[in-house]
Amino acid sequence: MTDLLYGADEEALRDSVRALLVAHAPWQRTLAGLDDDEPYDAALWRLLVDQLGVTGLAVPVEHGGAGAGFREVAVVLEELGRAVAPVPFLGAAVATRALLACGDAELLGAVAAGERAVVLAVGLATAPDTRPEPVAVEPGPVLRGTVTGVADALPCDVLLVPAADGLYAVDAAAAAVRMNPVVSLDATRPLADLVLAGAPGRRVATGPAATRAVSVALTAGAGLLASEQVGLAQWCLDTTIEHVRTRRQFGRPVGSFQAVKHRLADLWVEITEARAVARHAADRLATGHPETPLAAALAQAYCGPVAVRAAEACVQLHGGIGFTWEHPAHLYLKRAKSGAVAFGTADRHRAALARLVDLAAPAPAGAGGSIGPARSNR
Amino acid sequence: MPEHTADRLRGLVAEFLRTHDPRGDRAGFLRARFDAGLAWVHHPPGHGGLGAPPQLQAVVDAAFAEAGAPDNRPRRNSIGLGMAAPTLLRHATEAQCRRWLRPLWTGEELWCQLFSEPEAGSDLASLRTRAVRDGADWVVDGQKVWTSMAHEARWAILLARTDPAVAKHRGITYFVCDMTAPGVQVRPLRQLTGEAEFNEVFLTGVRVPDAHRVGAVGEGWQIARTTLMNERVAIGGRPLPREGGMVGVLARLWRERPELRTAGLHEEVLRSWVRAEAARLSALRLRQLVAAGAPGPEGSAVKLSFAELNQRISGLEVELLGAEGLRHDDWAMRRPVEPDLLGRTATYRYLRARGNSIEGGTSEILRTVIAERVLGLPAEPRVDR
Ligand SMILES: Cc1cc2nc3c(=O)[nH]c(=O)nc-3n(C[C@H](O)[C@H](O)[C@H](O)COP(=O)(O)OP(=O)(O)OC[C@H]3O[C@@H](n4cnc5c(N)ncnc54)[C@H](O)[C@@H]3O)c2cc1C
Repeated sequence: MTDLLYGADEEALRDSVRALLVAHAPWQRTLAGLDDDEPYDAALWRLLVDQLGVTGLAVPVEHGGAGAGFREVAVVLEELGRAVAPVPFLGAAVATRALLACGDAELLGAVAAGERAVVLAVGLATAPDTRPEPVAVEPGPVLRGTVTGVADALPCDVLLVPAADGLYAVDAAAAAVRMNPVVSLDATRPLADLVLAGAPGRRVATGPAATRAVSVALTAGAGLLASEQVGLAQWCLDTTIEHVRTRRQFGRPVGSFQAVKHRLADLWVEITEARAVARHAADRLATGHPETPLAAALAQAYCGPVAVRAAEACVQLHGGIGFTWEHPAHLYLKRAKSGAVAFGTADRHRAALARLVDLAAPAPAGAGGSIGPARSNR
Repeated sequence: MPEHTADRLRGLVAEFLRTHDPRGDRAGFLRARFDAGLAWVHHPPGHGGLGAPPQLQAVVDAAFAEAGAPDNRPRRNSIGLGMAAPTLLRHATEAQCRRWLRPLWTGEELWCQLFSEPEAGSDLASLRTRAVRDGADWVVDGQKVWTSMAHEARWAILLARTDPAVAKHRGITYFVCDMTAPGVQVRPLRQLTGEAEFNEVFLTGVRVPDAHRVGAVGEGWQIARTTLMNERVAIGGRPLPREGGMVGVLARLWRERPELRTAGLHEEVLRSWVRAEAARLSALRLRQLVAAGAPGPEGSAVKLSFAELNQRISGLEVELLGAEGLRHDDWAMRRPVEPDLLGRTATYRYLRARGNSIEGGTSEILRTVIAERVLGLPAEPRVDR
């Protein structure tokens, strides 16, 4: 049976991550970082990697990792979501899932040791059930093509590039690799457009194995993102509750008005459910359950919109303050809205569920009453 | 006493089954199961239990079900099992527990709840039914309403005002009322579904022995809170497989009747499926928390979202069926003890589901309870205290 709770080890891990983030990643610092050119907080990322070994959590012991798993990765993501921490952990976790599928010992070891940051070179909005457009391979082998909207790419060392005949590891520092930063909605998870102008690559998986590696990695991304969304939504709720308890209008705390109370009660119900859904996805992913794609699709169909509603309520119920640059609410709003598109929108995931649980779309007009194929990617 | 483990309890059930035929006399079997402490394993010995951890109940129930043993038809006696029993166990005397718990558990005596009144629903503490002390008895006069199962019940948990002079929450006392006592009149109250699960109950000079008072005089409100809390947990507590609730009816209809499908309804069906699965997983998580000894306030979340889901899904079903969805089975006035949710037409489900957000506390009241007790938001200013 799926285990939807947190184990004692997971709670201990949460405490360490939270303590580190409280000390080193207050939102004031994240906010100040928005005006720098550095999208990520490199110092914070080093602390997470060196002190807590977050990049090795899901890597098996024989490859130098902690041999924990994706339930633990999900707990770290909850805390990172709660802090909107500007670190590339989600991208690292997705790449790790791809490397596990390929069994590439060299890169897994380097990732576990925190020596090299690897990123799957696929646009952040790519849903697990779509095949990203592969880049071209020329003899050498060298890769030529562009990939747009890749997250977590700027501070990385190695790109995992889906190409026509397999998955390639490309040195991100190579002269033929250009990364053009994009001005992104969520500046704490910035995007880049990638141009490969004949970049040398090493093939880590071929044909169907490569396709499978990309699809399980994107499934992992969709499933794990839900935990980040739960952490984010919980922060928005907690912070809003704090505010409406103390802010007074008409001679009473605004939190005593029923319109405000009921909106927050509904949000709490949704977050309570989102937590169960996100834990379910993490557990399925960790155990390699055959229903992992279903659990991940459910997670993004449900949790993404909940995080957006939480962040929108946070802005709204803070009133004018919530609309200022100085208040952190907008960091959460931008992360939530970008998360609702990352790894496919809720609508895309509902369409995926329609296929997975046999709730097919109506047959196209004129096709009679037969059970038509589910609506494909719109 | 040996430590309670799943294995030990399975052993006790096996031993019990060696001496009691699960296919023999139903009531006799259930009484013996109660006396063996295998009814509510977490109750103390003598009250149907063994003082075992509550999470072992599922093990015992499964072992009995596997042996083909009769159950006590829990849906027929939801108020007795879900609300009266936990309240009695916590607040009643030893003698009262001995009198009431066994026939309650076996289903030989059904229970109902005489709380709501025409003028006191959400604002339950404003109730006006009076109980006046007369020797060894109390004499009760008043009117209750929307009382489910009053026509079948032998006993009722009853709230009555015993001191009109003090603030409303402090003048209430909790009683157990004999529904067969002179002066208790039960009249069916027909619902919008045509049937009458609930009733009006008139209490005229009803004598309730003081021995049937639960807790101290004037402490009824505190005890009622135990009942109401258990009501919410009871409503969300049943384990369901995927598509186990109303969403299963909708999903099957969608699969079997492709000619009914439209793009807009497809979207709605998928959204409902996702919400139902989220609600189911959070109910499952609630049970895992309870089993781990850490029950949270999630029970009220589950009650609230199942009410909304049932309403949304049953409404969708009628629209999906289109012309067929307008055909109701019949409006005959039945007197069921439980609604027949899966056996009747979509229209019945649609109509009955309207009650889900009213019975057991309205969704509005539940949101306020969540906001104030769970989220710690300030109470609204009150003019009635
Ligand atoms: C199917 C069914 C079975 C029932 N079975 C029983 C039973 O067995 N025993 C029993 O004692 N009772 C029973 N009830 C009664 C039920 O508990 C009450 O109907 C319920 O508590 C609401 O009270 P009311 O009907 O007086 O509505 P009211 O309290 O008058 O409420 C009317 C409307 O106002 C809203 N409202 C009221 N106060 C507030 C507030 N402070 N803030 C916001 N909104 C508010 C309510 O949510 C509702 O929408 C049953 C009800 C139903 C529908």
